[in-house]
Amino acid sequence: MTLPGEWEMVIGLEVHTELQTATKMFCGCANHFGSEPNTNVCPVCLGLPGSLPVLNERAVELAMAIGMALHCTIAPSTFHRKNYFYPDMPKDFQISQYDLPINKGGFLDLPDASRVSIERAHLEEDTGKSTHLGGTGRIHGAERSLVDYNRSGVPLVEIVSGPDIRSAAQARAYASELRGILIATGASDGRMEEGSMRIDANVSVRKAGEPFGTRCEIKNLNSLRSLVRAIDFEARRQIELIEGGGVVRQETRHWDENLGATSTMRTKEEAEDYRYFREPDLVDLAPDDAWQQRVRDGLPKMPAERRALLSARLTSSTEAQFDAVEVVIDLNLETYVHAALDAGVDPALALARAANELAGDIDNLGHLSSEGFCATLLMEQRGDLSATQAKTVLGEQLAHGGDPASIAASLGFERLSSESLEGTVATLIEQFPDEWARYREGDEKLAQFFIGQVMKVTKGQANGKLVVEQLQARR
Amino acid sequence: MSSPLRRDDVAHVAKLARLTLSSAELDMFTEQLGQVLEHANDMSSLNLEGVKPTAHPFELLNVVRADEIRASLDRDEVLAMAPDAQDGRFAVPRIMGEAP
Ligand SMILES: [Zn+2]
Repeated sequence: MTLPGEWEMVIGLEVHTELQTATKMFCGCANHFGSEPNTNVCPVCLGLPGSLPVLNERAVELAMAIGMALHCTIAPSTFHRKNYFYPDMPKDFQISQYDLPINKGGFLDLPDASRVSIERAHLEEDTGKSTHLGGTGRIHGAERSLVDYNRSGVPLVEIVSGPDIRSAAQARAYASELRGILIATGASDGRMEEGSMRIDANVSVRKAGEPFGTRCEIKNLNSLRSLVRAIDFEARRQIELIEGGGVVRQETRHWDENLGATSTMRTKEEAEDYRYFREPDLVDLAPDDAWQQRVRDGLPKMPAERRALLSARLTSSTEAQFDAVEVVIDLNLETYVHAALDAGVDPALALARAANELAGDIDNLGHLSSEGFCATLLMEQRGDLSATQAKTVLGEQLAHGGDPASIAASLGFERLSSESLEGTVATLIEQFPDEWARYREGDEKLAQFFIGQVMKVTKGQANGKLVVEQLQARR
Repeated sequence: MSSPLRRDDVAHVAKLARLTLSSAELDMFTEQLGQVLEHANDMSSLNLEGVKPTAHPFELLNVVRADEIRASLDRDEVLAMAPDAQDGRFAVPRIMGEAP
């Protein structure tokens, strides 16, 4: 979206990510999405009196991994209580890091070469989940809310960017790159639809070169699509307000995906008073060099580096290949692609099969070995399998595993080896002498006729390119 | 030296803590809390140059536990403690608005 006149957006994002630990942040309850309600709860995460929190070592390590991937400084940090009342938070305070976060001052480089600064990435605990009932009007007073505390105390890292983002598209690129990093570090599964990654956007507008305008914080952005739509809507709303002589109030706004609009949730006139104070039940956190080094040594390659490594092996750089590289990196498919390239498969073919066939059946990758992927693509490249057959053979491996050559044989694809294709073409030439004569005289359209006939005989399993080769060889 | 505690401050803190205080209670707590804060203010008379802020009397750092699952509570037992429950969840009066 282009903004009218000299207007420019100023966006900062707060990304909350649930950490993929086995247990919660301060107790040994399972950190598991989708359990029966209130089955992963204990005195600590229910906020029962007298219970004491003990910090999860793995949560600290994942937070450090995120910080390192974002070029942050790992700093000595403390925990505070953020006090407020809401039924999904049974203690009436959330334990969070306040003035001294574990990670400070980093940056994230985006694929378009822009850099977004990271102010901090701190640890905090998630709240429970409430479901609102009512509105049925059966009995007055029947309207109520139900609370499940399975999520209460699940470890989170909140990553706060600087106000460096200037468009909804850049915000999307940032969120997407960050998501890739969170997945790569093993910190998160990146599933926005399950709420394991949640985004709040701080949006303001200004005329280029002027100081920052008043910002609004938009909540409830549950997908990258919502993020883009909400930012565009909010920037336009603020510009229209200002151009109409109004003033933007600092407030929290709620994004309604169905309405495609943001609306006031609460104003910040009464500056939020959370009465932060040090959590007396937790001691300071200051990972020493040895602990930090252990985490650093365990860090895998980040998406940017993996993208560069894969792109360097491409023989041409088309838009389609660029998109395929994105998919392959995003879904962690590059082991297959690199193996195929090592085996001499054409990069375009390897990328296409990975970004389509493998990406389309991502949950079944466990059945497909790199060797099976390479062998199938080599058979296709040699012409032993048509494109359709190669896809079928890959699909079969994804569904049930197995060896590609035997699968091709069991499906009758081996009939189409070059010898049998030769036989089929020879038979057809005898069957259609007039068409063959016209083709020999130079009527190229007849090639299509013969391909059609071959396909009919082979039930669509032949490789068109090889049929033409056969025809030309006999011309 | 910070300014003495005012009655308005007490009313504000009470509101944040969801406490309804009578006028007499406001007066009482303003005086009592004021004394507590004054006591803390005594620190200001000391020379604390170069003393690091501490939140703990202990020199402890990095107290962590291994990320290992331990048994959770029995749900029936948990829900039995609540005034009301429905569908395995705690039932509470309808929540107005979103969490801050
Ligand atoms: Zn627990």
